[in-house]
Amino acid sequence: MTALLEVTGLRAGYGRAEVLHGIELMVAEGEIATLIGPNGAGKTTTLQAIMRLIPSQGNVRFQGVDVGGLSTEELVARGLALVPETRALFTDMRVEENLLLGFYRSFRQGARDQDARLAQVFAIFPRLQERRRQLAGTLSGGERQMLALGRALMGRPALLMLDEPSLGLAPLIVRDIFAVLDRLRKGGLSILLVEQNARAALALADHGMVLEMGAVVATGASAALSADPRVLETYLGQRHG
Amino acid sequence: MDVTIAELLLQDGLTTGAIYLLLAIGLLLVFLVTRVIFIPQGDFVAYGALTLASMLAGHVPATLWLLDVCAVASALLQWRSWRGVSWALGPALLITLATLVAVRLGAWVWLQGALAVGITALLAPMVYRLAFRPLRHASLLTLLVVAMAVHFVMVGLGLVLFGPETQRTPAFSNASFTWGEVDISGHSLWVAGCCVVLVAALWWMFHATMLGRALRASASNPMGARLMGIEGDRMAAIAFAMAGGIAALAGLLIAPITPIAYDSGFLIGLKGFIAAVIGGLASYPVAAVAALVVGVVEAFASFWNSAYAAAIVFALLIPALLWLSVRTRSIEEP
Repeated sequence: MTALLEVTGLRAGYGRAEVLHGIELMVAEGEIATLIGPNGAGKTTTLQAIMRLIPSQGNVRFQGVDVGGLSTEELVARGLALVPETRALFTDMRVEENLLLGFYRSFRQGARDQDARLAQVFAIFPRLQERRRQLAGTLSGGERQMLALGRALMGRPALLMLDEPSLGLAPLIVRDIFAVLDRLRKGGLSILLVEQNARAALALADHGMVLEMGAVVATGASAALSADPRVLETYLGQRHG
Repeated sequence: MDVTIAELLLQDGLTTGAIYLLLAIGLLLVFLVTRVIFIPQGDFVAYGALTLASMLAGHVPATLWLLDVCAVASALLQWRSWRGVSWALGPALLITLATLVAVRLGAWVWLQGALAVGITALLAPMVYRLAFRPLRHASLLTLLVVAMAVHFVMVGLGLVLFGPETQRTPAFSNASFTWGEVDISGHSLWVAGCCVVLVAALWWMFHATMLGRALRASASNPMGARLMGIEGDRMAAIAFAMAGGIAALAGLLIAPITPIAYDSGFLIGLKGFIAAVIGGLASYPVAAVAALVVGVVEAFASFWNSAYAAAIVFALLIPALLWLSVRTRSIEEP
Protein backbone atom coordinates (compact mmCIF):
# COMPACT_ATOMS: atom_id res chain seq x y z
CA MET A 1 0.00 0.00 0.00
CA THR A 2 1.37 3.41 -0.87
CA ALA A 3 1.18 6.21 1.62
CA LEU A 4 -1.14 9.03 0.59
CA LEU A 5 -0.54 11.21 3.62
CA GLU A 6 2.55 10.90 5.76
CA VAL A 7 3.10 13.10 8.77
CA THR A 8 6.31 13.06 10.80
CA GLY A 9 7.40 15.14 13.78
CA LEU A 10 4.34 17.40 13.64
CA ARG A 11 4.41 20.03 16.38
CA ALA A 12 1.78 22.67 16.96
CA GLY A 13 0.02 24.52 19.72
CA TYR A 14 -1.89 27.59 20.70
CA GLY A 15 0.27 30.53 21.70
CA ARG A 16 3.10 29.22 23.85
CA ALA A 17 1.37 26.02 24.89
CA GLU A 18 2.52 23.13 22.71
CA VAL A 19 -0.27 20.62 22.18
CA LEU A 20 1.28 18.27 19.63
CA HIS A 21 4.71 16.93 20.50
CA GLY A 22 5.86 15.35 17.27
CA ILE A 23 2.93 13.45 15.76
CA GLU A 24 3.65 10.54 13.40
CA LEU A 25 0.80 9.31 11.29
CA MET A 26 0.07 7.74 7.94
CA VAL A 27 -2.94 7.23 5.70
CA ALA A 28 -2.62 4.74 2.85
CA GLU A 29 -4.32 5.09 -0.51
CA GLY A 30 -7.91 3.81 -0.56
CA GLU A 31 -8.20 3.08 3.16
CA ILE A 32 -10.02 4.54 6.09
CA ALA A 33 -7.56 5.40 8.82
CA THR A 34 -8.83 6.52 12.18
CA LEU A 35 -7.25 8.68 14.83
CA ILE A 36 -8.78 7.97 18.21
CA GLY A 37 -8.05 9.29 21.66
CA PRO A 38 -9.60 10.96 24.67
CA ASN A 39 -10.81 14.53 24.90
CA GLY A 40 -7.93 16.98 24.80
CA ALA A 41 -5.45 14.51 23.30
CA GLY A 42 -4.95 16.83 20.34
CA LYS A 43 -7.03 15.13 17.64
CA THR A 44 -8.63 18.30 16.33
CA THR A 45 -5.35 20.18 16.63
CA THR A 46 -3.66 17.51 14.51
CA LEU A 47 -6.16 18.02 11.69
CA GLN A 48 -5.90 21.79 11.96
CA ALA A 49 -2.11 21.59 11.86
CA ILE A 50 -2.12 19.31 8.79
CA MET A 51 -4.56 21.69 7.10
CA ARG A 52 -2.41 24.70 8.11
CA LEU A 53 -5.29 26.36 9.91
CA ILE A 54 -2.83 26.88 12.77
CA PRO A 55 0.95 27.36 12.50
CA SER A 56 2.89 24.12 12.83
CA GLN A 57 6.31 22.60 12.35
CA GLY A 58 7.16 19.16 11.03
CA ASN A 59 7.02 17.23 7.84
CA VAL A 60 3.78 16.66 5.93
CA ARG A 61 3.96 14.71 2.69
CA PHE A 62 0.86 14.34 0.53
CA GLN A 63 0.92 12.13 -2.57
CA GLY A 64 4.67 11.85 -2.13
CA VAL A 65 5.25 15.61 -2.21
CA ASP A 66 6.34 17.79 0.71
CA VAL A 67 3.40 20.16 1.30
CA GLY A 68 4.68 21.72 4.51
CA GLY A 69 5.01 25.23 3.10
CA LEU A 70 1.57 25.43 1.47
CA SER A 71 -1.43 27.43 2.66
CA THR A 72 -4.83 25.95 3.48
CA GLU A 73 -6.17 27.07 0.12
CA GLU A 74 -3.28 25.44 -1.74
CA LEU A 75 -3.75 22.20 0.19
CA VAL A 76 -7.41 22.18 -0.83
CA ALA A 77 -6.28 22.68 -4.43
CA ARG A 78 -4.03 19.60 -4.05
CA GLY A 79 -6.99 17.46 -3.02
CA LEU A 80 -7.03 17.59 0.78
CA ALA A 81 -10.43 18.24 2.34
CA LEU A 82 -11.36 18.74 5.97
CA VAL A 83 -14.84 18.59 7.44
CA PRO A 84 -14.29 20.27 10.79
CA GLU A 85 -16.07 19.46 14.01
CA THR A 86 -18.08 22.68 13.76
CA ARG A 87 -19.02 21.72 10.14
CA ALA A 88 -18.26 25.37 9.19
CA LEU A 89 -21.35 25.62 6.98
CA PHE A 90 -22.47 28.84 5.34
CA THR A 91 -25.64 28.94 7.42
CA ASP A 92 -27.17 32.00 5.74
CA MET A 93 -26.87 30.42 2.30
CA ARG A 94 -28.96 27.75 0.63
CA VAL A 95 -28.05 24.07 0.74
CA GLU A 96 -27.36 24.04 -2.98
CA GLU A 97 -25.14 27.11 -2.71
CA ASN A 98 -23.14 25.46 0.07
CA LEU A 99 -22.61 22.46 -2.18
CA LEU A 100 -21.61 24.62 -5.13
CA LEU A 101 -19.02 26.35 -2.94
CA GLY A 102 -17.47 22.93 -2.39
CA PHE A 103 -16.88 23.06 -6.14
CA TYR A 104 -15.10 26.44 -5.92
CA ARG A 105 -11.55 25.10 -6.11
CA SER A 106 -12.33 22.76 -9.00
CA PHE A 107 -14.11 25.61 -10.77
CA ARG A 108 -11.01 27.77 -10.44
CA GLN A 109 -9.00 24.90 -11.89
CA GLY A 110 -11.25 24.86 -14.94
CA ALA A 111 -13.81 22.15 -14.11
CA ARG A 112 -17.39 22.86 -15.22
CA ASP A 113 -19.11 19.58 -14.29
CA GLN A 114 -20.88 20.98 -11.22
CA ASP A 115 -24.25 19.55 -12.26
CA ALA A 116 -22.90 16.01 -12.53
CA ARG A 117 -21.21 16.35 -9.16
CA LEU A 118 -24.37 17.77 -7.58
CA ALA A 119 -26.29 14.79 -8.94
CA GLN A 120 -23.74 12.42 -7.39
CA VAL A 121 -23.98 14.09 -3.99
CA PHE A 122 -27.77 14.05 -4.17
CA ALA A 123 -27.61 10.35 -5.02
CA ILE A 124 -25.63 9.76 -1.81
CA PHE A 125 -27.76 12.09 0.30
CA PRO A 126 -31.28 12.30 -1.19
CA ARG A 127 -32.29 14.36 1.85
CA LEU A 128 -30.10 17.21 0.64
CA GLN A 129 -31.92 17.27 -2.67
CA GLU A 130 -35.24 17.66 -0.87
CA ARG A 131 -33.76 20.53 1.12
CA ARG A 132 -31.74 22.14 -1.67
CA ARG A 133 -33.57 25.48 -1.54
CA GLN A 134 -33.50 25.69 2.25
CA LEU A 135 -30.99 27.79 4.19
CA ALA A 136 -28.24 25.64 5.67
CA GLY A 137 -28.90 27.19 9.08
CA THR A 138 -32.37 25.63 9.18
CA LEU A 139 -31.13 22.04 8.82
CA SER A 140 -31.10 19.47 11.60
CA GLY A 141 -27.82 18.18 13.06
CA GLY A 142 -27.73 15.09 10.89
CA GLU A 143 -28.58 17.03 7.74
CA ARG A 144 -25.84 19.53 8.56
CA GLN A 145 -23.31 16.71 8.75
CA MET A 146 -24.58 15.36 5.42
CA LEU A 147 -24.24 18.82 3.90
CA ALA A 148 -20.72 19.26 5.28
CA LEU A 149 -19.74 15.86 3.86
CA GLY A 150 -21.48 16.52 0.54
CA ARG A 151 -19.84 19.90 0.24
CA ALA A 152 -16.41 18.34 0.75
CA LEU A 153 -17.20 15.64 -1.84
CA MET A 154 -18.10 18.29 -4.44
CA GLY A 155 -14.38 19.07 -4.62
CA ARG A 156 -13.54 15.41 -5.46
CA PRO A 157 -10.79 15.29 -2.81
CA ALA A 158 -8.04 12.69 -2.78
CA LEU A 159 -8.14 12.56 1.00
CA LEU A 160 -11.16 13.38 3.11
CA MET A 161 -10.46 14.25 6.73
CA LEU A 162 -13.41 14.17 9.11
CA ASP A 163 -13.37 15.60 12.60
CA GLU A 164 -15.88 13.89 14.91
CA PRO A 165 -18.61 13.31 12.33
CA SER A 166 -20.69 11.52 14.98
CA LEU A 167 -20.62 14.41 17.42
CA GLY A 168 -24.08 15.28 18.71
CA LEU A 169 -25.89 12.95 16.32
CA ALA A 170 -28.41 10.22 17.08
CA PRO A 171 -26.97 6.66 16.82
CA LEU A 172 -29.14 5.85 13.82
CA ILE A 173 -27.80 8.83 11.88
CA VAL A 174 -24.24 7.98 12.88
CA ARG A 175 -24.80 4.51 11.46
CA ASP A 176 -26.01 6.01 8.17
CA ILE A 177 -23.04 8.38 7.95
CA PHE A 178 -20.58 5.57 8.65
CA ALA A 179 -22.30 3.46 5.99
CA VAL A 180 -21.75 6.30 3.53
CA LEU A 181 -18.06 6.45 4.50
CA ASP A 182 -17.81 2.73 3.84
CA ARG A 183 -19.36 3.18 0.39
CA LEU A 184 -17.00 6.05 -0.37
CA ARG A 185 -14.03 3.86 0.54
CA LYS A 186 -15.30 1.17 -1.83
CA GLY A 187 -15.40 3.92 -4.46
CA GLY A 188 -11.69 4.46 -3.88
CA LEU A 189 -11.71 7.51 -1.58
CA SER A 190 -9.13 7.68 1.22
CA ILE A 191 -10.42 8.91 4.56
CA LEU A 192 -8.83 10.04 7.80
CA LEU A 193 -11.47 9.77 10.48
CA VAL A 194 -10.98 11.43 13.85
CA GLU A 195 -13.39 10.02 16.41
CA GLN A 196 -14.08 9.90 20.08
CA ASN A 197 -16.41 7.02 19.46
CA ALA A 198 -13.48 4.60 19.26
CA ARG A 199 -15.50 1.42 18.99
CA ALA A 200 -17.45 2.55 15.93
CA ALA A 201 -14.39 4.10 14.34
CA LEU A 202 -12.25 0.97 14.74
CA ALA A 203 -15.06 -1.20 13.44
CA LEU A 204 -15.13 0.84 10.24
CA ALA A 205 -11.47 1.67 9.70
CA ASP A 206 -8.70 -0.38 8.15
CA HIS A 207 -6.04 1.05 10.35
CA GLY A 208 -5.96 3.04 13.52
CA MET A 209 -3.77 5.35 15.56
CA VAL A 210 -4.18 6.16 19.23
CA LEU A 211 -3.40 9.69 20.30
CA GLU A 212 -2.62 10.56 23.90
CA MET A 213 -1.32 13.83 25.32
CA GLY A 214 -0.26 15.08 21.91
CA ALA A 215 1.62 11.99 20.74
CA VAL A 216 0.66 8.82 18.88
CA VAL A 217 1.09 6.02 21.42
CA ALA A 218 -0.19 3.04 19.44
CA THR A 219 -0.76 2.28 15.81
CA GLY A 220 -1.77 -0.78 13.81
CA ALA A 221 -4.52 -2.57 11.96
CA SER A 222 -7.90 -1.75 13.52
CA ALA A 223 -8.63 -5.36 14.33
CA ALA A 224 -5.35 -5.62 16.24
CA LEU A 225 -5.94 -2.33 18.01
CA SER A 226 -9.45 -3.40 19.02
CA ALA A 227 -7.91 -6.42 20.67
CA ASP A 228 -5.09 -4.49 22.34
CA PRO A 229 -5.68 -4.70 26.11
CA ARG A 230 -4.63 -1.09 26.72
CA VAL A 231 -6.92 0.26 24.04
CA LEU A 232 -9.68 -2.00 25.29
CA GLU A 233 -9.44 -0.65 28.78
CA THR A 234 -8.93 3.01 28.01
CA TYR A 235 -11.21 3.55 25.04
CA LEU A 236 -13.56 0.68 24.75
CA GLY A 237 -14.36 0.54 28.48
CA GLN A 238 -13.61 -3.16 28.87
CA ARG A 239 -11.40 -4.73 31.50
CA HIS A 240 -8.94 -7.25 30.24
CA GLY A 241 -7.74 -10.36 32.03
CA MET B 1 -44.30 74.31 2.63
CA ASP B 2 -46.47 73.42 -0.33
CA VAL B 3 -46.66 70.19 -2.22
CA THR B 4 -44.39 71.35 -5.03
CA ILE B 5 -41.57 72.12 -2.65
CA ALA B 6 -42.12 68.83 -0.87
CA GLU B 7 -41.95 66.98 -4.17
CA LEU B 8 -38.76 68.81 -5.10
CA LEU B 9 -37.19 67.99 -1.75
CA LEU B 10 -38.27 64.40 -2.10
CA GLN B 11 -36.63 64.22 -5.51
CA ASP B 12 -33.40 65.74 -4.15
CA GLY B 13 -33.49 63.48 -1.13
CA LEU B 14 -34.03 60.32 -3.13
CA THR B 15 -31.24 61.30 -5.51
CA THR B 16 -28.66 61.79 -2.77
CA GLY B 17 -30.19 58.84 -0.92
CA ALA B 18 -29.51 56.63 -3.93
CA ILE B 19 -25.88 57.73 -3.82
CA TYR B 20 -25.68 56.95 -0.08
CA LEU B 21 -27.23 53.59 -0.90
CA LEU B 22 -24.32 52.76 -3.18
CA LEU B 23 -21.88 53.76 -0.45
CA ALA B 24 -23.70 51.71 2.16
CA ILE B 25 -23.44 48.64 -0.10
CA GLY B 26 -19.70 49.15 -0.58
CA LEU B 27 -19.18 49.62 3.14
CA LEU B 28 -21.14 46.49 4.03
CA LEU B 29 -19.33 44.45 1.42
CA VAL B 30 -15.90 45.43 2.73
CA PHE B 31 -16.93 45.00 6.35
CA LEU B 32 -18.51 41.59 5.89
CA VAL B 33 -15.59 40.18 3.92
CA THR B 34 -12.67 41.80 5.77
CA ARG B 35 -14.08 43.20 9.08
CA VAL B 36 -12.64 46.59 8.07
CA ILE B 37 -14.94 49.56 8.61
CA PHE B 38 -14.09 51.34 5.39
CA ILE B 39 -13.96 54.92 6.64
CA PRO B 40 -11.79 56.08 3.72
CA GLN B 41 -14.62 55.18 1.34
CA GLY B 42 -15.71 58.82 1.34
CA ASP B 43 -12.22 59.79 0.20
CA PHE B 44 -12.60 57.43 -2.73
CA VAL B 45 -15.78 59.37 -3.61
CA ALA B 46 -13.74 62.59 -3.70
CA TYR B 47 -10.82 60.93 -5.55
CA GLY B 48 -13.17 59.61 -8.22
CA ALA B 49 -14.81 62.98 -8.83
CA LEU B 50 -11.54 64.94 -8.69
CA THR B 51 -9.80 62.48 -11.00
CA LEU B 52 -12.48 63.01 -13.63
CA ALA B 53 -12.45 66.79 -13.11
CA SER B 54 -8.71 66.84 -13.61
CA MET B 55 -8.93 64.72 -16.77
CA LEU B 56 -11.67 66.93 -18.21
CA ALA B 57 -9.41 69.93 -17.62
CA GLY B 58 -6.91 68.20 -19.88
CA HIS B 59 -4.46 67.08 -17.18
CA VAL B 60 -3.12 63.64 -16.47
CA PRO B 61 -4.80 62.97 -13.10
CA ALA B 62 -2.36 62.85 -10.18
CA THR B 63 -4.26 59.82 -8.86
CA LEU B 64 -2.64 57.86 -11.67
CA TRP B 65 0.84 58.43 -10.25
CA LEU B 66 -0.40 57.59 -6.76
CA LEU B 67 -1.82 54.35 -8.16
CA ASP B 68 1.49 53.51 -9.83
CA VAL B 69 3.50 54.19 -6.66
CA CYS B 70 1.12 52.00 -4.64
CA ALA B 71 1.29 49.29 -7.31
CA VAL B 72 5.09 49.22 -7.18
CA ALA B 73 4.99 49.15 -3.37
CA SER B 74 2.56 46.23 -3.29
CA ALA B 75 4.56 44.42 -5.98
CA LEU B 76 7.67 44.78 -3.80
CA LEU B 77 5.74 43.39 -0.84
CA GLN B 78 4.95 40.19 -2.76
CA TRP B 79 8.11 39.93 -4.84
CA ARG B 80 8.34 36.25 -4.02
CA SER B 81 5.26 35.39 -6.07
CA TRP B 82 5.28 36.10 -9.80
CA ARG B 83 1.48 36.05 -9.84
CA GLY B 84 1.33 38.55 -7.00
CA VAL B 85 3.69 40.92 -8.78
CA SER B 86 1.88 40.69 -12.09
CA TRP B 87 -1.50 41.21 -10.41
CA ALA B 88 -0.16 44.30 -8.65
CA LEU B 89 1.57 45.83 -11.68
CA GLY B 90 -0.41 44.61 -14.71
CA PRO B 91 -3.75 46.37 -14.28
CA ALA B 92 -2.07 49.56 -13.02
CA LEU B 93 0.18 49.64 -16.07
CA LEU B 94 -2.72 49.07 -18.47
CA ILE B 95 -4.90 51.78 -17.01
CA THR B 96 -1.94 54.19 -16.91
CA LEU B 97 -1.40 53.74 -20.64
CA ALA B 98 -5.11 53.97 -21.40
CA THR B 99 -5.46 57.16 -19.36
CA LEU B 100 -2.42 58.82 -20.94
CA VAL B 101 -3.86 58.13 -24.40
CA ALA B 102 -7.38 59.22 -23.42
CA VAL B 103 -6.19 62.51 -21.91
CA ARG B 104 -3.99 63.30 -24.88
CA LEU B 105 -6.78 62.61 -27.37
CA GLY B 106 -9.39 64.31 -25.19
CA ALA B 107 -11.59 61.25 -25.48
CA TRP B 108 -15.36 61.10 -24.82
CA VAL B 109 -16.47 62.17 -21.38
CA TRP B 110 -17.99 58.80 -20.57
CA LEU B 111 -14.74 57.03 -21.40
CA GLN B 112 -12.83 59.40 -19.16
CA GLY B 113 -15.43 58.80 -16.45
CA ALA B 114 -14.94 55.05 -16.79
CA LEU B 115 -11.18 55.50 -16.52
CA ALA B 116 -11.60 57.66 -13.39
CA VAL B 117 -13.72 54.92 -11.83
CA GLY B 118 -11.15 52.32 -12.92
CA ILE B 119 -8.19 54.19 -11.45
CA THR B 120 -9.97 54.70 -8.14
CA ALA B 121 -11.21 51.10 -8.05
CA LEU B 122 -7.66 49.80 -8.57
CA LEU B 123 -6.32 52.05 -5.85
CA ALA B 124 -8.59 50.44 -3.23
CA PRO B 125 -7.05 46.92 -3.24
CA MET B 126 -3.61 48.54 -3.05
CA VAL B 127 -4.73 50.34 0.10
CA TYR B 128 -5.89 46.95 1.42
CA ARG B 129 -2.56 45.35 0.53
CA LEU B 130 -0.46 48.10 2.13
CA ALA B 131 -2.53 49.08 5.17
CA PHE B 132 -4.89 46.27 6.15
CA ARG B 133 -3.50 42.97 4.95
CA PRO B 134 -0.52 42.97 7.36
CA LEU B 135 -3.10 43.37 10.16
CA ARG B 136 -5.67 40.85 8.96
CA HIS B 137 -5.67 39.00 12.29
CA ALA B 138 -5.96 42.21 14.33
CA SER B 139 -9.02 43.15 16.36
CA LEU B 140 -11.93 45.14 14.93
CA LEU B 141 -10.80 48.13 16.97
CA THR B 142 -7.26 48.07 15.56
CA LEU B 143 -8.64 47.83 12.04
CA LEU B 144 -10.94 50.77 12.78
CA VAL B 145 -8.04 52.89 14.02
CA VAL B 146 -6.02 52.03 10.91
CA ALA B 147 -9.02 52.88 8.73
CA MET B 148 -9.14 56.31 10.42
CA ALA B 149 -5.41 56.74 9.77
CA VAL B 150 -5.81 55.78 6.11
CA HIS B 151 -8.61 58.34 5.84
CA PHE B 152 -6.37 61.13 7.18
CA VAL B 153 -3.52 60.11 4.89
CA MET B 154 -5.87 60.11 1.91
CA VAL B 155 -7.25 63.56 2.79
CA GLY B 156 -3.70 64.90 3.10
CA LEU B 157 -2.63 63.30 -0.16
CA GLY B 158 -5.82 64.62 -1.76
CA LEU B 159 -4.79 68.18 -0.92
CA VAL B 160 -1.34 67.60 -2.44
CA LEU B 161 -2.68 65.82 -5.53
CA PHE B 162 -5.72 67.95 -6.37
CA GLY B 163 -5.17 71.26 -4.58
CA PRO B 164 -7.71 73.00 -2.33
CA GLU B 165 -10.24 74.08 -5.01
CA THR B 166 -13.70 72.57 -5.23
CA GLN B 167 -14.60 70.97 -8.55
CA ARG B 168 -17.84 70.22 -10.33
CA THR B 169 -18.14 67.61 -13.05
CA PRO B 170 -20.74 67.77 -15.84
CA ALA B 171 -24.16 66.25 -15.23
CA PHE B 172 -24.81 62.95 -16.99
CA SER B 173 -27.71 64.63 -18.74
CA ASN B 174 -28.98 68.21 -18.87
CA ALA B 175 -32.43 67.18 -19.99
CA SER B 176 -35.38 67.93 -17.78
CA PHE B 177 -38.83 66.41 -17.66
CA THR B 178 -42.03 67.74 -16.20
CA TRP B 179 -44.18 65.43 -14.17
CA GLY B 180 -47.26 67.11 -12.80
CA GLU B 181 -45.91 70.36 -11.44
CA VAL B 182 -42.44 69.09 -10.70
CA ASP B 183 -39.42 69.29 -12.92
CA ILE B 184 -37.40 66.10 -12.82
CA SER B 185 -33.80 66.56 -13.87
CA GLY B 186 -32.23 64.11 -16.28
CA HIS B 187 -29.32 63.73 -13.90
CA SER B 188 -31.62 62.54 -11.09
CA LEU B 189 -32.95 59.89 -13.44
CA TRP B 190 -29.41 58.87 -14.27
CA VAL B 191 -28.58 58.54 -10.58
CA ALA B 192 -31.67 56.41 -10.00
CA GLY B 193 -30.91 54.34 -13.11
CA CYS B 194 -27.26 53.74 -12.16
CA CYS B 195 -28.36 52.76 -8.69
CA VAL B 196 -30.97 50.28 -9.89
CA VAL B 197 -28.66 48.75 -12.50
CA LEU B 198 -25.78 48.44 -10.05
CA VAL B 199 -27.92 46.89 -7.32
CA ALA B 200 -29.39 44.43 -9.83
CA ALA B 201 -25.92 43.58 -11.15
CA LEU B 202 -24.58 43.04 -7.65
CA TRP B 203 -27.57 40.89 -6.71
CA TRP B 204 -27.02 38.77 -9.80
CA MET B 205 -23.31 38.49 -9.09
CA PHE B 206 -23.81 37.50 -5.44
CA HIS B 207 -26.39 34.85 -6.26
CA ALA B 208 -25.54 33.49 -9.69
CA THR B 209 -21.77 33.56 -10.05
CA MET B 210 -19.08 31.52 -8.31
CA LEU B 211 -17.15 34.67 -7.40
CA GLY B 212 -20.22 36.26 -5.81
CA ARG B 213 -20.99 33.12 -3.83
CA ALA B 214 -17.37 32.95 -2.72
CA LEU B 215 -17.57 36.54 -1.48
CA ARG B 216 -20.70 35.73 0.49
CA ALA B 217 -19.08 32.57 1.82
CA SER B 218 -16.03 34.48 3.09
CA ALA B 219 -18.41 36.82 4.89
CA SER B 220 -20.58 34.01 6.22
CA ASN B 221 -17.90 31.69 7.60
CA PRO B 222 -14.24 32.61 6.98
CA MET B 223 -12.92 29.24 8.14
CA GLY B 224 -15.41 27.34 6.03
CA ALA B 225 -14.42 29.50 3.07
CA ARG B 226 -10.72 28.70 3.52
CA LEU B 227 -11.57 25.00 3.66
CA MET B 228 -13.27 25.35 0.28
CA GLY B 229 -10.02 26.78 -1.05
CA ILE B 230 -11.40 30.32 -1.27
CA GLU B 231 -8.42 32.65 -0.89
CA GLY B 232 -9.28 35.22 1.76
CA ASP B 233 -6.77 37.69 0.35
CA ARG B 234 -8.23 37.55 -3.12
CA MET B 235 -11.75 38.02 -1.78
CA ALA B 236 -10.62 40.98 0.35
CA ALA B 237 -8.87 42.61 -2.60
CA ILE B 238 -11.96 42.11 -4.78
CA ALA B 239 -14.27 43.51 -2.08
CA PHE B 240 -12.04 46.57 -1.76
CA ALA B 241 -11.87 47.04 -5.54
CA MET B 242 -15.66 46.81 -5.80
CA ALA B 243 -16.16 49.27 -2.93
CA GLY B 244 -13.56 51.64 -4.42
CA GLY B 245 -15.24 51.51 -7.82
CA ILE B 246 -18.71 51.99 -6.32
CA ALA B 247 -17.39 54.98 -4.33
CA ALA B 248 -15.82 56.53 -7.44
CA LEU B 249 -19.09 56.08 -9.35
CA ALA B 250 -20.90 57.74 -6.44
CA GLY B 251 -18.38 60.57 -6.77
CA LEU B 252 -19.21 61.05 -10.45
CA LEU B 253 -22.92 61.00 -9.61
CA ILE B 254 -22.69 63.50 -6.77
CA ALA B 255 -20.12 65.95 -8.18
CA PRO B 256 -22.62 67.54 -10.63
CA ILE B 257 -24.99 68.16 -7.67
CA THR B 258 -22.53 69.22 -4.95
CA PRO B 259 -19.08 70.58 -5.76
CA ILE B 260 -16.38 68.30 -4.39
CA ALA B 261 -13.05 69.23 -2.77
CA TYR B 262 -10.27 66.97 -1.52
CA ASP B 263 -11.89 66.77 1.93
CA SER B 264 -15.61 66.59 1.02
CA GLY B 265 -15.68 62.82 0.90
CA PHE B 266 -15.74 62.13 4.60
CA LEU B 267 -19.19 63.59 5.33
CA ILE B 268 -20.68 61.90 2.27
CA GLY B 269 -19.15 58.58 3.29
CA LEU B 270 -20.41 59.04 6.83
CA LYS B 271 -24.00 59.16 5.61
CA GLY B 272 -23.52 55.87 3.80
CA PHE B 273 -22.02 54.57 7.02
CA ILE B 274 -25.09 55.63 9.01
CA ALA B 275 -27.27 53.68 6.62
CA ALA B 276 -25.01 50.65 6.97
CA VAL B 277 -25.12 50.90 10.77
CA ILE B 278 -28.92 51.12 10.74
CA GLY B 279 -28.74 47.86 8.82
CA GLY B 280 -26.77 46.43 11.74
CA LEU B 281 -23.65 46.25 9.52
CA ALA B 282 -25.19 43.03 8.29
CA SER B 283 -28.28 43.60 6.17
CA TYR B 284 -28.08 44.96 2.63
CA PRO B 285 -31.84 45.56 2.21
CA VAL B 286 -32.24 47.42 5.53
CA ALA B 287 -29.15 49.52 4.77
CA ALA B 288 -30.56 50.34 1.31
CA VAL B 289 -33.87 51.57 2.69
CA ALA B 290 -32.05 53.44 5.48
CA ALA B 291 -29.84 55.19 2.90
CA LEU B 292 -32.91 56.52 1.05
CA VAL B 293 -34.40 57.67 4.37
CA VAL B 294 -31.13 59.41 5.26
CA GLY B 295 -31.18 61.22 1.90
CA VAL B 296 -34.79 62.36 2.26
CA VAL B 297 -34.39 63.42 5.91
CA GLU B 298 -31.29 65.38 4.94
CA ALA B 299 -33.13 67.18 2.13
CA PHE B 300 -36.05 68.20 4.36
CA ALA B 301 -33.78 69.10 7.27
CA SER B 302 -31.69 71.36 5.03
CA PHE B 303 -34.86 73.11 3.92
CA TRP B 304 -36.13 73.73 7.43
CA ASN B 305 -32.87 74.63 9.04
CA SER B 306 -29.69 74.04 7.10
CA ALA B 307 -27.49 74.73 10.14
CA TYR B 308 -28.89 71.65 11.88
CA ALA B 309 -29.20 69.42 8.81
CA ALA B 310 -26.15 67.28 9.59
CA ALA B 311 -27.08 67.01 13.25
CA ILE B 312 -30.61 65.88 12.39
CA VAL B 313 -29.28 63.27 9.95
CA PHE B 314 -26.77 61.89 12.44
CA ALA B 315 -29.45 61.87 15.15
CA LEU B 316 -31.18 59.15 13.10
CA LEU B 317 -28.53 56.85 14.51
CA ILE B 318 -29.79 57.17 18.09
CA PRO B 319 -33.17 55.44 17.68
CA ALA B 320 -31.59 52.94 15.28
CA LEU B 321 -28.88 51.99 17.76
CA LEU B 322 -31.41 51.80 20.59
CA TRP B 323 -33.56 49.44 18.52
CA LEU B 324 -30.54 47.33 17.57
CA SER B 325 -29.35 47.16 21.18
CA VAL B 326 -32.75 45.95 22.32
CA ARG B 327 -32.93 43.36 19.56
CA THR B 328 -29.38 42.04 19.78
CA ARG B 329 -28.49 40.06 22.84
CA SER B 330 -24.71 40.31 22.76
CA ILE B 331 -22.11 41.74 20.49
CA GLU B 332 -19.30 39.39 19.70
CA GLU B 333 -16.35 39.74 17.41
CA PRO B 334 -16.71 37.41 14.45
